[in-house]
Amino acid sequence: MALKLKLHTKPEVPLEADCICPDRMQSLSPTEIENLTVFHGNRQVPLKDFFECSGDFDGEINIEGDLVDVKHIASTMSFGKITVSGNVGVHTGAAMSGGEIIIEGDASDWVGPEMLGGRITVKGNAGHMVGSGYRGSTIGMQGGEIIVHGNVKNETGHVMRRGLIVVGGNSGDFTGVNMVAGTIIVLGEMGIRTGAGMKRGSIICQTKSELLPTFTKSCDYQPSFLRHYFKYLQTLGLTISDSLMNSPFERWCGDSIELNRGEILLYAGK
Amino acid sequence: MKIKSTTIVDTFAEAFKMYGSRVIITAETKEWAMAAAQSITGFATSVIGCKCEAGIEAIIDADDSPDLRPGVSVLMFAMDAESLGKRLMERIGQCVMTCPTTACYNGLAEGSSVIVGGQLRYFGDGHQISKVLGESKLWRIPVMDGEFLVDDKFNIQESVGGGNLLILGKDQKSTLKAASAATKAMRELSDIILPFPNGVVRSGSKVGSKYKKLIASTNDAYCPTLRGVVENSELDDGINSVLEIVIDGLTLEAVEQAMRVGAIAAAKPGIKKISAGNYGGGLGQYHIQLHKLGLEA
Repeated sequence: MALKLKLHTKPEVPLEADCICPDRMQSLSPTEIENLTVFHGNRQVPLKDFFECSGDFDGEINIEGDLVDVKHIASTMSFGKITVSGNVGVHTGAAMSGGEIIIEGDASDWVGPEMLGGRITVKGNAGHMVGSGYRGSTIGMQGGEIIVHGNVKNETGHVMRRGLIVVGGNSGDFTGVNMVAGTIIVLGEMGIRTGAGMKRGSIICQTKSELLPTFTKSCDYQPSFLRHYFKYLQTLGLTISDSLMNSPFERWCGDSIELNRGEILLYAGK
Repeated sequence: MKIKSTTIVDTFAEAFKMYGSRVIITAETKEWAMAAAQSITGFATSVIGCKCEAGIEAIIDADDSPDLRPGVSVLMFAMDAESLGKRLMERIGQCVMTCPTTACYNGLAEGSSVIVGGQLRYFGDGHQISKVLGESKLWRIPVMDGEFLVDDKFNIQESVGGGNLLILGKDQKSTLKAASAATKAMRELSDIILPFPNGVVRSGSKVGSKYKKLIASTNDAYCPTLRGVVENSELDDGINSVLEIVIDGLTLEAVEQAMRVGAIAAAKPGIKKISAGNYGGGLGQYHIQLHKLGLEA
């Protein structure tokens, strides 16, 4: 039976709850889990002050409630599964290295920053800095997958080095800014300045987009690796049209102010 | 034991432990996928002279292939894992990467792995790109029609090589017809290949030769022209043609099943006996008894 956490009191200020993580809850009794420490503003309080706990931890945690003011859920998570039936706050899955987080609602900024492995699925929208590095970091996401079914805001995949970010809707500005490597797929539209400063890596978009002048068009072609990716995305519940699957893509290489080894692939179908 | 009028000889096929790998080739059309598959399985009938044995296992529908394009599944076998790794790299590099529009994927979920794409990537001269998706790592190597996509590693598993059937017929025509029927039935099975031309070999071999440099020579006991010449002929009066079907498989069960299906399909009018080749039992790790294949049913 999975451990169930139900938010019974909405925090007045952001609640830091990095203890909501399989790594910290394994081998703890229900009483010990209820008494794990969270930070309500600058005050240390037990988890039970905000969450009603039931069931036993068996590697899976189900959370109910609007957690938009709950930060750092599943930070450094390495195994197990967390399902949130609602929204989540910032820094969800920060530096996680394994396991799976499923968010049925929306996610705030900083989903999976500096993530190493595992998978985060956001059924709704997500905020800024999805899969990014923290300010000052030269390396962001280093592995794993972040799948957002809705839209994301700016700087998705900032300084990303490995892994996969998929956006089912639109992405904001500076998608893949300073990207080192990895793959970002946007099935909607992208904002401006996509791939600014990218060294390597791939940004794929289903719609045409205005790119920076430091990107050069290489060719129109059908990359077979994309079909491989699209098939995988279909298994994750994302809709991939036949026209997208069978379409050529414009390949733009850049950013020439950096290594010029990155690529932006833009849908070139009719 | 008999199937209809055909006698099933109470003997065994002596098969060997080999190492096998499955290679999935896809392309824009099934014709190009098949062209690459035929190329990679060329000159791969026997480890005696070809360093590996390979064959086409199955056609893969686009819906079932890794990149939703038409594909072909190929099995390759060698006597040791290191040798198989070398053959994979050579043949994928020379026969698949060279073929327009193809991509090449590992087709085994388990087993030890050898680096293939991770070595072929150097052909990209620094312009190659790696992609990691789930547990698999792929290499995109720029080529003149776009990109060649290949898995970084291919899995290898212990397998069985040299399962076989000998079809002893009254004449060449009926023996060839029976062999064709057998190979047609066996090709419906998965996890096996028939590495010889169209699945059939006429030049079965025995170990050794009167010539010291040769490790194998003609299987004189089954050559009809040598009845009365050699003392150990296995051919009765009325047997004037013998054809062999060699089976390599990823598992012993797959080889046994292929032999069962093949023997039943080959038991046609004009086929006096169905037997199997062995070397006295001292060489191969697997002895597949014809009478224990469940042919009675």
